[in-house]
Amino acid sequence: MDVPLFLLFAAIAVACGVNLVVQTHPVSSALSLIGVMGALAVLYLLLGAEFLAAAQLVVYAGAIMVLFIFVIMLLNAGGEKKSRNRPRLAAALGIPLLMLFLGIISFLIQRRVPSSMTVTFGGFTGGGPGDLGRTLFTGYLLPFEAASVLVLIAILGAVVLGRKEID
Amino acid sequence: MNFFLLSLLKAGLVAAVLLTTLAYLQWVERKVIAHIQLRMGPSRVGPHGLLQPLADVVKLLTKEDLLPPHVNKFLYVLAPFLAVSLALTSIAVIPFGPEIEIFGVRTEMGLTDLNIGILFLLGISSLGVYAVALAGWSSNNKYSLLGALRSSAQMVSYELPLALAVVGPLLLANTLSLRGIAEQQAGSILNWSILQMPAPQLLGFLVFAIAGFAETNRIPFDLPEAENELVAGFHTEYSSMKFASFFMAEYANIVTICCLATVLFLGGWHPVFPASMGSGYVPVLVFLAAAGIALYHGVNPARPKDRITLPAAGVVFAVVAGLFLVPVLKPVLVPLFWFGAKAGTMMFVFIWVRGTLPRFRYDQLMRFAWGWLFPVAMANLLATGLLVALWAK
Amino acid sequence: MNAVPLSWYLILSAILFSLGVAGFLFRRNIITVFMSIELMLNAVNLAFIAFAYQLQQVDGHIFALFVMVVAAAEAAVGLAIILTVFKNRTTLHIDEVSSLRN
Repeated sequence: MDVPLFLLFAAIAVACGVNLVVQTHPVSSALSLIGVMGALAVLYLLLGAEFLAAAQLVVYAGAIMVLFIFVIMLLNAGGEKKSRNRPRLAAALGIPLLMLFLGIISFLIQRRVPSSMTVTFGGFTGGGPGDLGRTLFTGYLLPFEAASVLVLIAILGAVVLGRKEID
Repeated sequence: MNFFLLSLLKAGLVAAVLLTTLAYLQWVERKVIAHIQLRMGPSRVGPHGLLQPLADVVKLLTKEDLLPPHVNKFLYVLAPFLAVSLALTSIAVIPFGPEIEIFGVRTEMGLTDLNIGILFLLGISSLGVYAVALAGWSSNNKYSLLGALRSSAQMVSYELPLALAVVGPLLLANTLSLRGIAEQQAGSILNWSILQMPAPQLLGFLVFAIAGFAETNRIPFDLPEAENELVAGFHTEYSSMKFASFFMAEYANIVTICCLATVLFLGGWHPVFPASMGSGYVPVLVFLAAAGIALYHGVNPARPKDRITLPAAGVVFAVVAGLFLVPVLKPVLVPLFWFGAKAGTMMFVFIWVRGTLPRFRYDQLMRFAWGWLFPVAMANLLATGLLVALWAK
Repeated sequence: MNAVPLSWYLILSAILFSLGVAGFLFRRNIITVFMSIELMLNAVNLAFIAFAYQLQQVDGHIFALFVMVVAAAEAAVGLAIILTVFKNRTTLHIDEVSSLRN
């Protein structure tokens, strides 16, 4: 069951990712991104990361993307206009170069990662909330505290930027 | 193969019961609201209007399915579908009773038990906001858009206190699995999370209930569909089955929130006092009392038609009371009775509040969430954490 | 048939990352550009979690968790900046927000 499931959700993720880049309207792009996140949550489950799969849904799809959708609706942003002054060289070479980059990366991964390394569902059971919490609050306590300070600063920044009058 | 067959059977059973509950919850709501307002409520279709939900379904199905011009067709159709499927998905992780053995088959009462059950539920419910936002945005109508904007801000704001209130019982139970949480509250009412030592979650329950009202867009938090300001809010442009989907999703969310409150705070399927003190006979007594009352009012009818309908109801209640005495059915029905009684009480409170309270103003709503509910939930969480840590030592 | 090669996960991660780069470079709407960054972060998370599986350690999950925290903080500040830009310029087109050029 692993391979068909992986292929199905990988296909969904890639299709939604392509759609994100191709669509001109921000709402369509945002929805595609939510699709990518949902597919990735399933892949996290296959990799044994139960807590992160749930966090992906709650934090990414449930909070961050809602903010995006909210801002898009608030600004009532329409479709995108064509760019006027895009360099011709960049337009012509952009996609081929990106494909080349992707090809090289894939080639390197194929060469460096032995095919004996495989993923089976249930092969890693240390991804539950308990294991994650124990590691987070012992080995990674300082980064955790630093992250909380970062979030606090971000809140303050967002509040200051979002005030009615900026003088 | 047995597993798949059993799962299919359970899923079908739960879906059938849930959909019937949804239809009749709406009948109960109209009746209760009507009696609060000294009216009769639905009474034309069938005895006491009992066939009203059926009539409503027929009405909604046969209405014209409008597709207004200038809407984003894909999203416009996707939104109600999303709303109802997400709302129905969340019932999958709710446990309704203990592990039982019936006709030689051992099974858990409930569809599934995830070790991250509560996170799954929070994730699914946080996706529900998209249905509302997309419906409002794709309708290309200013009232819908305003309703959707209000709703997404409101749901994101109230999800925080809701999640923080949920953490209290999790700390007490030391697990994220809903079945584990319910099983840990076995015993009497003193073992329910709401009263459990060392940290009774009364405050958490209050926060959870209030945030639950807001999450389900119910009065007093029904700003997204405030009909005297926004016509009907995000579903102004919807008709026929698409409107029915939103309607169904709203009631399914109420059922989920009530079931969740039951599992987290009110001890799940566990009775108020232990079975050794005879709590297994409470359902029989309750239904016999109901049968007696119905028969008494049937014999002394206040209205002519009560002469037939109330005795019939009395007989039905008596038969149900008899079912609780059948040895094979007893281990199934008694937990279901307690679960249903608790969840039903919560649903009644939802309806009662709707019949009693006026609507908030939008700024009051936001100030209430961030200035009052959030700090209280936070304080409750800190106190619970401290008490649990001290108790464990 | 029951085991997926680890390299597939990593290549999927690379594909999603490239898509994010493409969106970042080709799109002209600030919000879409911002979403492309989120896509790149998601791709990186997938790689982290795949490595965590291979090493049988939960540390990769912790990294992914931190990425999520930072992404949330970034989204809050970034969207506040976008709102401010829109308030002052009434446009979301990045070619028209170029006062710092030259």
